[in-house]
Amino acid sequence: MAVELLGGRLLAPTFGSSIYVWGAIITVFMLALSLGYLAGGRWSTHAPSVRRLGLILGAAAASLVPTLVLGNALLDRVAIAVPDPRFGSLLASATLFLVPTFFSGMVSPYAVRLLVRERATSGRHAGQLYFVSTFGSAAGTLLTSFYLVLLFEVDRILMFLIAISLVLASVAWLVRGDADASR
Amino acid sequence: MRAGERTRAALKASFVALLACAGCGTSASADGMKLVHAERSLYREVLIYERRGMRCMCFTRECRIGRQTCMDPDHPDRIVMNYPRMMLAALYANPEPRSVLIIGLGGGTLPRALQQLLPQARIDIVEIDPAVIRVAKTHFGFTETANVRAVEADGRVFVKRALREERRYDLIMLDAFDHEYIPEHLLTREFLAEVKSLLAPGGVLAANTFSSSRLYHHESVTYAAVFPEFYYLKKDNRVIIATNGPLPSQEVLRANSERFVEEYRRFGFDAAQMLALFRTTPDWNREARVLTDQYSPANLLNLR
Repeated sequence: MAVELLGGRLLAPTFGSSIYVWGAIITVFMLALSLGYLAGGRWSTHAPSVRRLGLILGAAAASLVPTLVLGNALLDRVAIAVPDPRFGSLLASATLFLVPTFFSGMVSPYAVRLLVRERATSGRHAGQLYFVSTFGSAAGTLLTSFYLVLLFEVDRILMFLIAISLVLASVAWLVRGDADASR
Repeated sequence: MRAGERTRAALKASFVALLACAGCGTSASADGMKLVHAERSLYREVLIYERRGMRCMCFTRECRIGRQTCMDPDHPDRIVMNYPRMMLAALYANPEPRSVLIIGLGGGTLPRALQQLLPQARIDIVEIDPAVIRVAKTHFGFTETANVRAVEADGRVFVKRALREERRYDLIMLDAFDHEYIPEHLLTREFLAEVKSLLAPGGVLAANTFSSSRLYHHESVTYAAVFPEFYYLKKDNRVIIATNGPLPSQEVLRANSERFVEEYRRFGFDAAQMLALFRTTPDWNREARVLTDQYSPANLLNLR
């Protein structure tokens, strides 16, 4: 959610703050998440492990780096190539956010597979996971829109988010094999 | 969109009136403010209120967060608010612009005045909200002509496109406001640099801003980062007048102001009074952080 908010900021200088710019950003995030859920669930059926979860997180963080580095150049290119501001902002948003959000979407279903040990408690685990991820989204939204933008540049906040993801990814990678939930 | 003067006291009064009137089920509140038209748009509700012979456009109920624009329907040529008067003082810096760009239509006060002052000039107006364009036409006497056209677009997107098409304007007026303030992406160093490049040599920029809140300092240093020197006029609002090239001297301004005495009198204000408002001495904190595309929490800064 924090990235989605910052996405609005990144697009505004090139595509403005018309309602369809937000529409384009939300569409891309939802689409990418939905595909990510599907892929995450699928991949969880092949030898799931905490290490691999770390790999997904790492991929999500790493795929945000081009957004950070090439963002403005890409936006200008798209704006010139697609004069219609609606499809221009849709394409721009997809270029910057489709891949990182797809990987983010993979995390939840994959983590469900790692947490669930028996059917009786599966609902509870899924509920806890939804809680953590949606509560985290709420916190990220509030923190970013109320405070972080007042203190830091947009790129700085993005770097910070990437760094957090990478730290979590490395922790997951370093976790020993017996945390592996596959049976 | 366009913001008029801040009327905190009036807001408070109307809020109290609103409380007193809660549930009384009429569109006229205690101080006689009457809702004459409401139009939902993609962005907001555009509301027209009438009160004591004055018609105002607002984006919030009872005009709680300021008025966008006002006019006197019985004397539509009269300019009743201070900020458009100060904006028109930009003509003292360049009295004969042949092309004008206005970002933010509001009730069309500025284009209507400029149409009369400069019948030959080509005037482009950018307005993001189609409902505002409709209401300006139905309730504020705004009309499009061969020389005057209103384009429905985001101001920043329009400026970028105009730059790519290598268009130039002799006068650019920034007057885009939402219900709170100027949209953040129209308040950054990068945007002002784009606007400056869109000015013809010697072209003039006039920008309508507020003068309260700590955003004032940030906004001032942002303008100073792009325009090393500029004039500003301050009443309830602050209007910045900058040029693409050397700033005209006070003598030049005075000489030019004399050409508008008659017409401005007809508009209901005094040309010399506006001239007396021109200032250059900074009255802001020059250490404030410049607003950029990367750092633009303008509306948060405007809270305090």
